Amino acid sequence: MAALGVVGAATALGTHDAEDGVGSLRYPFQGAHQAGIVTPAQDRLHFVAFDVTTDSRDDLIALLMRWTSAAARMTQGKDATPAGALGGSPMLPPEDTGEALELEASGLTITFGFGPGLFRDAEGRDRFGLADRQPAALQPLPHFSGDMLKPELTGGDLCIQACANDPQVAVHAIRNLVRIGMGTVAVRWSQLGFGRTSTTSTAQSTPRNLFGFKDGTANLKAEETAAAEQHLWVGTGDDPRAAWLAGGSYLVTRRMSMVIETWDRQSLYDQEQIIGRAKGSGAPLSGGEEFTDLDFRAGGATPAIPVDAHVRVVHPDFHDGARMLRRGYNFVDGSTDLGHLNAGLFFIAYVRDPRTGFIPVQQAMSRNDAMMEYVKVNGSALFAVPPGVAPGEYVGQPLFAPGDSP
Amino acid sequence: MKRIHPAGLLSLLAVVALPLTACGTESTDVSSGSDGDARIMSVTAGDDSCEVSKAEAPAGTLRFNVHNAGDKVNEFYLVGEDGLQIVAEVENIGPGANSQLVVNAPAGSYFTACKPGMVGTSIRADFEVTASDEKVEISADEKEQIALAQKNYAAYVQDQSAQLLEKTTEFVQLYKDGKDDEARALYPVARTHWERIETVAESFGTLDPKMDAREADLQPGEKWTGWHRIEKDLWPQKAEDYTALTTAERATYADDLLANTTTLDGKIAALSYPVDAIARGSSGLLEEVATGKVTGEEEIWSETDLWDFQANVDGAKVAFAGVKPLVEAKDPALASTLQQRFDALQELLDAQRDGEGFRKYGELDKETVKELADAVNALSEPLSRLAGVVVP
Repeated sequence: MAALGVVGAATALGTHDAEDGVGSLRYPFQGAHQAGIVTPAQDRLHFVAFDVTTDSRDDLIALLMRWTSAAARMTQGKDATPAGALGGSPMLPPEDTGEALELEASGLTITFGFGPGLFRDAEGRDRFGLADRQPAALQPLPHFSGDMLKPELTGGDLCIQACANDPQVAVHAIRNLVRIGMGTVAVRWSQLGFGRTSTTSTAQSTPRNLFGFKDGTANLKAEETAAAEQHLWVGTGDDPRAAWLAGGSYLVTRRMSMVIETWDRQSLYDQEQIIGRAKGSGAPLSGGEEFTDLDFRAGGATPAIPVDAHVRVVHPDFHDGARMLRRGYNFVDGSTDLGHLNAGLFFIAYVRDPRTGFIPVQQAMSRNDAMMEYVKVNGSALFAVPPGVAPGEYVGQPLFAPGDSP
Repeated sequence: MKRIHPAGLLSLLAVVALPLTACGTESTDVSSGSDGDARIMSVTAGDDSCEVSKAEAPAGTLRFNVHNAGDKVNEFYLVGEDGLQIVAEVENIGPGANSQLVVNAPAGSYFTACKPGMVGTSIRADFEVTASDEKVEISADEKEQIALAQKNYAAYVQDQSAQLLEKTTEFVQLYKDGKDDEARALYPVARTHWERIETVAESFGTLDPKMDAREADLQPGEKWTGWHRIEKDLWPQKAEDYTALTTAERATYADDLLANTTTLDGKIAALSYPVDAIARGSSGLLEEVATGKVTGEEEIWSETDLWDFQANVDGAKVAFAGVKPLVEAKDPALASTLQQRFDALQELLDAQRDGEGFRKYGELDKETVKELADAVNALSEPLSRLAGVVVP
């Protein structure tokens, strides 16, 4: 990748090289929290979930070390290893696959998560001596009505989220991390995404999802530090079994396939009634502009925002104020056997506790949301995202640290 | 099935001079070199200490002779500059025991590290590998190992080729005689000997397509001959509008296959194999598994893909076993990883045995195929480093 070194203007979170350009945007890998959560959402995603195939705790730790090393390098625009794509022996396969040579970091962030299976596998075995540190909230998500989950698109023992402004940079990161993991982990599923469907910073404008609507207007933003402490980051005393998770978060993924062709045949009026916002401006149907608060009482007996409109069903007012940081992406994986667009929203949300921050909202959505008639959820997963990595540490190190069991 | 450029193996044969004759008599025996050798370090690992005799060495094959002087079981590592990447390690060094870490380290900054008790934080020290142009000479031991590996591998290939010829002779006779049940039973057995040496057979670019082409490999106008042509005739159930071959046609295809097998056997008798070509053959056979067998694309009509799968793995194992002493000397961690992963893959294959052979590909569920594919990946990734490691 491009030479680094000259560091110019630093933004709030990322750094640009002096010869400024989108491609040269770099975010530090180390920090109190992992990057890729409150980081302003990049344009592209490659997300992968793994099954851990080893029973060896040492092998698992060795992999987390190698992943940390490679991730720290790649997020700074370097090859995955010091020998890299061209610096090794000509008689050996190159250590880095090379498709990101000459490409810059492009705002790449790499975020790691641990699934329930890492603590106890499907047969209930504690493969790595971690069961007594399993967070209480880290359980497979319950069945939500209407879910049509495919096992091969669901769950996972580990996950990695790579986001960048250049799709090749994100894919390069996942490809090399997958390669490093072979023999210790096996890919369970992976998902490409484009066109971020959420804003995670007030500096970003609200994008549109494939229904054509502005999405995530009410999202938790990086600038809302107090709200992030309340809704996003796991607190020190949240879970005595899982002190290692303090400063981390929970990551929910839902692969929401959209019934695109049927949606496209709905009238503009009906589409807006289903979502609860004007398609053009994003303003709530109760009036005002995009960021105007929703008025659920407007309209009286026939509310301006219908009772089954998406924005009403999931609104914090009806869920004890629960908010989440959404970080989803659109996806189009070609077409189906029937010639329909295989497309939708790869929903990603980070929450402090999925039992209060996500599950009740999803239950309401599955039961009452008019939008769900045009959505089929076929993949779903929950991961605990460990806190940020200090220099010299590997990701998730506190989980493996010796110490008293609770 | 032909997937590797035919020139691959042959060009290696031509280009790489045999190490036996290429090396002079002045070679330094690094494996038994004195402490004065700049690339040999002694390490004394205690329960609270980790003494390394030197803090720097020139790039090349480094040897750390580790003595555990403490009471705890210990480990020794060479760690990369970032403090995370383990470049090489030896584990399970018991109290009073000696162990050796051999690593080919390029110039750069590293840490040496001991981990008494094998848990907790390690005791680290800086270690610098300086640039060097010196070429490490080949030891007498290594030359002997190379010669043995070459001799054994050549004998293995010749033996498999002889068995292939014998079984093919039997098979084509059954087929010509219309003894279809017996021919079907012998088909995967005979092909086992082909698949075990597939990468060698494929190096004969004109023979391979005549003997092992699948229908999908043909271009319009090309004539289809060989194993898979006969396979379709013996298992026509899945074929649409298939017209069975006449007795005369059967004889034509059968005689052609036998003639080509005889030619192949004659050519193989004259082959010898540089040690890195043996290693490349091992990884090449696993590539065959990954592209054709684990996907069920090799034996579309007979669905005997797992027989071929096992035979490819057999051949890969033999090639690996031949060069294993070399790998153990140069990169012991790689040798043990490969052995473990061969074993893990074999365990999965054994679970699919059915009588003398294997379950048909069509009977495998998705989970089984995924498990096999994962195990092939787990083995193939480190196996791809084998040739580069054994090259003298």
